[in-house]
Amino acid sequence: MTKNIVALICGILFGLGLTISQMSNPDKVLAFLDIAGNWDLSLMLVMFSALTTLSVAQYFILKRQKPVCDSQFYLPKKGNIIEVRLILGAVFFGVGWGLVGYCPGSALAALSDGKREPFIFTIALGIGMMLFSRFHNKK
Amino acid sequence: MENFTPYSALIGGCLIGLSAALLLFFNGRVAGISGIIVDSFSAEIENRYWRAFFLIGLMFSAAIVNTFFPVVPVTYSRNILLVIVSGILVGYGTRLGNGCTSGHAVCGLARFSLRSAVATITFMSTAILTSYIMRHILEY
Repeated sequence: MTKNIVALICGILFGLGLTISQMSNPDKVLAFLDIAGNWDLSLMLVMFSALTTLSVAQYFILKRQKPVCDSQFYLPKKGNIIEVRLILGAVFFGVGWGLVGYCPGSALAALSDGKREPFIFTIALGIGMMLFSRFHNKK
Repeated sequence: MENFTPYSALIGGCLIGLSAALLLFFNGRVAGISGIIVDSFSAEIENRYWRAFFLIGLMFSAAIVNTFFPVVPVTYSRNILLVIVSGILVGYGTRLGNGCTSGHAVCGLARFSLRSAVATITFMSTAILTSYIMRHILEY
């Protein structure tokens, strides 16, 4: 139960971060990506500040044997192998992100605007994820 | 640069970093949103709950901010077909590449992961290129 409450609080903080920084606003994201136009580099600062906060905190957190509420840290394996799959996935994601300006987190945050667009994006996002499971899990 | 909002960007980023740090400190988990979404449907039942709680918290707090303190009104006038194509690409791509902005560009880079660095550079540059083509060549 504690884990769920922690996750809820973390989700709330994450949502606040996305909305306050306007990362959840696709206009703002597109203005950040548009380096040849009226470039708005605000989102670079979002990333910089998130990265700095996390990497400093993480330095101390990972000195522990285990997290507070679990028996181990679940970190992705730190491989140095760069597969085609990783690059291709990032290319698909980048094209999708650059087209409209939503990434998965920002779309969920924007859902609360009650508008059609983030809702449709989120459905399509789910379809994309399901297509992946369908193609890759059967092999 | 008249739309530059450095303070809200720094504060918002700090909250995102804090959220990821707390999730790691208490639950030992990485705050990668695309992974959390997928695993909230596909992980073993007992591992789905915290993910669902995280996503509910994210949507809930965004709803509060957007309702009571709307920062800037968003223009929702994009071509619906484009939105659908973009959603499918983002959904498929984040699974194939094992992560999105939060997982690779924040959590991965904070761990100095080479894979995440490669993924971040790749999706940033393709996103910039895509928006360039859309805005300045196709003039959409």
